[in-house]
Amino acid sequence: MASTAHAAGHGIGASVRRKEDRRFITGQGRYTDDINQPGQVYAVFVRSPYARARIDSIDVSEALRIPGVLAVLTGKDMQADGLGDLPCGWMVKQKDGSDMVSAPHPPLAHTQVNYVGEPYALVIATTQAAARQGMEVVATEFTELHAVVDPVQATQSEDIHDGVVANLAFDWELGDREATEAALAAAAHVTRLDLTNNRLIPNAIEPRAAIGVYDAAGGDHTLYTTSQNPHLERLVLSAFVKVAPEHKLRVVAPDVGGGFGSKIFIYAEETAVLWAARRVGRPVKWRADRSESFLADAHGRDHVTHAELGIDADGRFVALKVETTANLGAYLSTFGSSVPTYLYGTLLAGQYRTPNIHVEVKGVYTNTAPVDAYRGAGRPEATYVVERVVETAARELGRDPAELRRANMIRPQDFPYATPVALTYDIGDYEASLDKALALIDYAGFPERRRASEAAGRRRGIGFACYIEACGLAPSKLAIELGAGVGLYECGEIRVNPTGSVTVFTGVHSHGQSHETTFAQIVADRFGIGLDDVEVVHGDTGRIEFGLGTYGSRSLVVGGSALMVAADKVIAKGRRIAAHMMEGAIDDVSFEDGNFVLRDSNRSLSFGEVAFAAYVPANYPEDLEPGLSEKAFYDPKNFTYPAGTHIAEVEVDPETGVTRLVNFVAVDDFGTLINPLVVHGQVHGGLAQGAGQALMEQGIYDEYGQLQTGSYMDYCMPRADDLPDWVVDTTVTPCTHNPLGAKGCGEAGAIGSPAAIMNAVTDAVGRNDISMPATPEKLWRALSGQ
Amino acid sequence: MQVTLTVNGTSHTLDVPENTLLVDVLREHLELTGTHVGCDTSQCGACTVHLDGRSVKSCTVLAAQADGAAVTTIEGIGTPDALHPMQAAFRECHALQCGFCTPGMIMSAIDLVNSSDALDRKIVREGLEGNICRCTGYHHIVDAVLMAAGQMKA
Repeated sequence: MASTAHAAGHGIGASVRRKEDRRFITGQGRYTDDINQPGQVYAVFVRSPYARARIDSIDVSEALRIPGVLAVLTGKDMQADGLGDLPCGWMVKQKDGSDMVSAPHPPLAHTQVNYVGEPYALVIATTQAAARQGMEVVATEFTELHAVVDPVQATQSEDIHDGVVANLAFDWELGDREATEAALAAAAHVTRLDLTNNRLIPNAIEPRAAIGVYDAAGGDHTLYTTSQNPHLERLVLSAFVKVAPEHKLRVVAPDVGGGFGSKIFIYAEETAVLWAARRVGRPVKWRADRSESFLADAHGRDHVTHAELGIDADGRFVALKVETTANLGAYLSTFGSSVPTYLYGTLLAGQYRTPNIHVEVKGVYTNTAPVDAYRGAGRPEATYVVERVVETAARELGRDPAELRRANMIRPQDFPYATPVALTYDIGDYEASLDKALALIDYAGFPERRRASEAAGRRRGIGFACYIEACGLAPSKLAIELGAGVGLYECGEIRVNPTGSVTVFTGVHSHGQSHETTFAQIVADRFGIGLDDVEVVHGDTGRIEFGLGTYGSRSLVVGGSALMVAADKVIAKGRRIAAHMMEGAIDDVSFEDGNFVLRDSNRSLSFGEVAFAAYVPANYPEDLEPGLSEKAFYDPKNFTYPAGTHIAEVEVDPETGVTRLVNFVAVDDFGTLINPLVVHGQVHGGLAQGAGQALMEQGIYDEYGQLQTGSYMDYCMPRADDLPDWVVDTTVTPCTHNPLGAKGCGEAGAIGSPAAIMNAVTDAVGRNDISMPATPEKLWRALSGQ
Repeated sequence: MQVTLTVNGTSHTLDVPENTLLVDVLREHLELTGTHVGCDTSQCGACTVHLDGRSVKSCTVLAAQADGAAVTTIEGIGTPDALHPMQAAFRECHALQCGFCTPGMIMSAIDLVNSSDALDRKIVREGLEGNICRCTGYHHIVDAVLMAAGQMKA
């Protein structure tokens, strides 16, 4: 690697302060709602008040009489215009080999509504206020139908969708059932645990927003939207929904205020405003109220699980059997089917050498908001199952939970390690992270801290999670064979400008991840140039060739790797140019520290000199094209496997049931770190979301399917005074199969922490049957016997 | 109705409906889009600005209530070349990720520092509980506020 960037303190591994911050801290960020278009009008959606109802009639006449209202467009109008349904992007095969059953998901409902908040019409007006007034007087006759709300009861309830028998989207399995059941039957001890993984509502602080623009003269459509993956949005809107042809549609995702998965998906509202812009001939803008975010953003998690872990007389795990019901909501969202299957079942080996694993997942429809990927997406659910059941086993066996884990861990000499659930881990050193975490939390001092808490009338507990995750979903061929509708590569382009500065185009999107800085670090490091000489462009299908966006901690490991490959191509071409200019052989030219150097001579050319020559090709190889711009589509060979140990320590006040998270240590192996400060920030944020899941957050529907937690007054978001200072550290085993050696760090915090915290809470109160979130009420009841 | 308010040192007289919120005056009429709207229940704090020097949630203040008052927004406390110590500390401590809650968080934090005699991590955490951040887990925000406080009080 070039040392110029290192010497300047901005190379790979430096905690560079972020380039993007200058606009955010001065109020100059440009989020979708900050954008206005000439002649713009406003959309407000008309949403279902019922969880399940037939639409009998919609009378828009009164709405159209409101001054300023231009149009009321309904699901029937959309259908009449030939728009297609919102597709689910992953076709899961059921255990009998048949395809999953995907119910049609029209962007706007036209015959039946299936969850509270489902849009079925939109009002377009010259002001936001008029559109809202219009929305309030759209007169819709419904026939209310029985709502299916409880996922466990769903298969015995009325069918929500025609053609979906027993509300079962799929019954999926992975692993060897027979061998697992035999090993369980022969096990010396079996730990059984029933678990729920609570429904979460993602709550990026920027609500979703969109502006549709249609230029009739050229037939060009532009959609500004809060998306994590604008090219995927363009692909789906053109290929499936058929709003506009791909080459006539530009999707721009400008600054986006957080996503956590919820802004991956192709939603009704963004689709509708683009269509509406063409219908009314004016740009149409929509911004969600927070209430709409609660009702209509895809939710996360929502599993009910029974797990059995078999252990032999020596304390070795011999079998893990898992049965899960996954609530998919009313429709299959974009990745809704892959999250509780391929991103969940495949992770159930955890960090352990468990030889027999079987998982069966029933994915069920209910009359609730669609459920899809939320930070971690399947992997927090898997970690929660494995780590809760392992901790419970340690308690039942009277074993130290750290040592029981250690005895079963996959060891460094076992890699590459093929699990019984389809993955092959390339590398890791799980004990290294465990040992570091034990030291950081002062595990040896815990009994004394527990005594001190007890003396003060409080219950103290400690809990572990030794998690694994799989990031950078790959490779494309395998995923497509398993039902993925798109590839999983990433596109990167490096355009060296004539003056030697560099513009980088990436198909991944930053909505907090810091790519404008970290990707610039990678390129500056590779070329030996200044960080300010590199500009990273993302989030615009009009400027970037293609991309699959940001999710699953893939941006660095896939998108960053694409840039490494493109950079190699730039250097290869630069060597040819430099060899010609220095009258040497290409093989004698090396690229060192930002210079092309001719071996055994005192001749060298700077990166900038070669760039200039590429665009002013006077002294230039005859058979070489001018210009210095290269791109790469990088398709990973495997997932990456970040792993680590999280340890939580809590104090519960038996008088009030209030839990205080007093210590939290996270030691993670993310492979090579590009920017440690940014990595710490990513971990902190994930931990906060994990702590929210464990202690505070839950999306609750009542028996009629009404969302009870539809605002920040009811849905308990973690705030600054709910959380501790995080102790975060890393170990490093570089990924073996990508050019950066990086593994991804975006989700680990949310994956390990819920299990660690719940293991600590259940340790503190001496009961294993506390469910998330461990609210004061639940703990007070558990401790007081009320 | 007519309201006159001084925003970031410049006086503006506007004719707006009586039910207009201060945040809408800032964002829609004055195009100061650094002040953000993140909720509809005065909980998230993304819209926090200073009204006569004290932090308020501008989604919960009518423009009429700000008549005659001085309003300071994120655009009024510093520029990219001359950052307020709180802005500089947020960058130095990596106290922001997506940046959406950041303007409100910075405006709340400045008022917290100005109105407190002594700060520690616990007081900062309690002082910022009216501002929700979904990205950072708050740790680096606490670092930043304490760093800026040291400079602002020096």
